[in-house]
Amino acid sequence: MSSVAIDSHVGRAARLYQAYIGKKFVMALTGVILFGYLVGHLLGNLQAFLGPERMDAYAAFLHSMPNVLWLVRALLLVSVVAHIVASIQLTALKRKARPQGYVKKEAIGSSYASRTMMWSGPIIAAFVVFHILDVTTGVTNTAQYRELHAYENLVYSFRRIPVSIAYIFAMVALSMHLYHGLWSMFQSVGISHPRYTPVIKRLAMWVAILLAAGFISIPISVMTGLMGTKL
Amino acid sequence: MRLTLHIWRQKGPKEPGRMVHYEARNANPDMSFLEMLDVLNEELTLKGEDPVAFDSDCREGICGMCGFMINGVAHGPRRGTTVCQLHMRKFKDGDVLYIEPWRARAFPVIKDLAVNRTAFDRIIAAGGYISVPAGSAPDGNTILIPKPVAEQAMDAAACIGCGACVAACPNASAALFTGAKIAHLGLLPQGQPERDQRVLKMVAHSTLEQFGSCTNIGECEAVCPKEIKLEVIARMNRDFIKAS
Repeated sequence: MSSVAIDSHVGRAARLYQAYIGKKFVMALTGVILFGYLVGHLLGNLQAFLGPERMDAYAAFLHSMPNVLWLVRALLLVSVVAHIVASIQLTALKRKARPQGYVKKEAIGSSYASRTMMWSGPIIAAFVVFHILDVTTGVTNTAQYRELHAYENLVYSFRRIPVSIAYIFAMVALSMHLYHGLWSMFQSVGISHPRYTPVIKRLAMWVAILLAAGFISIPISVMTGLMGTKL
Repeated sequence: MRLTLHIWRQKGPKEPGRMVHYEARNANPDMSFLEMLDVLNEELTLKGEDPVAFDSDCREGICGMCGFMINGVAHGPRRGTTVCQLHMRKFKDGDVLYIEPWRARAFPVIKDLAVNRTAFDRIIAAGGYISVPAGSAPDGNTILIPKPVAEQAMDAAACIGCGACVAACPNASAALFTGAKIAHLGLLPQGQPERDQRVLKMVAHSTLEQFGSCTNIGECEAVCPKEIKLEVIARMNRDFIKAS
């Protein structure tokens, strides 16, 4: 009995994913998970403004429960992979759908951010790889890198101007990605309302701007000497 | 008024096409865009050249037969209007216009600006109908439908199937068309019995016809001559996810 139920669930999920609507559904769901992480990560990072002790204590707190840490990391990895795989499959569909393009084509109803999701996405992905190597594993960080000394690690990392500029650039790409993605996820799962959808769009814009501004405030503070002066 | 036209010319579905340059000297601001092309075609015919093929029927903006790209915008610069209802007074003397057919794998060019849109008919045939016993018409008001719902269904039913949504979409997606048909029937009581099957079949068929996916960017909504809203796509997504 139960195997039949499981089969039908698997069958239903497979049938849903086969359709482009199902792939967009997966992109929306994984998008929510990744967005949730971003909010948590920003709140964690902003503790750098409260000083080295607070920041390092937070890092130690996260590492004090390795099971939870790795569970969250695994969830994020699965989400990122699913998000990317679905986007690649949808892009392949798009390429096939219009073999011959226009001599002249104007965009009149869409935002720049919405048309460049396949640029902002890979930029963010490339940045995330570098970011993990830089401040999580320390591979690309400076010689002063010490594990779990989160505050020092970020200050030393951001004192390198090119790293800070790359970080800011990636956050602008992230902001654009969220500007479209945050409202688009509602549309993808079928939520639309003549009154509330415009509100969701405006909220998406402000969240995208504020989130990126929050992240960018840290390298700016390091570069201008507001943060890490004692180091 | 004088216009410089660059028009896509293609002899047949298998022939290679190219943009050809024409000077339209006898355009007048009161002509519709199609009438301007009619005049050009008369001149071409008198010169012994092949006239530009384009589709049109009612020329009242209600049949969905006409449509092509003008300077990269489906149905041209006027919102909520088909090319037959677009008048030359929207343009300026000396304008340079690029005129191209809808581009999508699912809409192969038949000739010049005329494309084959039977893929839309096949999406309808896949489920865009209600199976009713064909008896005599029921009494009026035997099935009560609230006014706002009737209006919403009517807004979706306004789709004339011209294909501008597919043409404007960077993904050549038929989501606005398919969504409009699904919303139109799905909002009404008569559409309920086959609601799940309808959305599953029509969406599956749109992919089979090699239309692309929807990325929610809104180009379709901007060019739709009947101003159908992205909301119908959300409704289709919702119905599809529920029915899967």
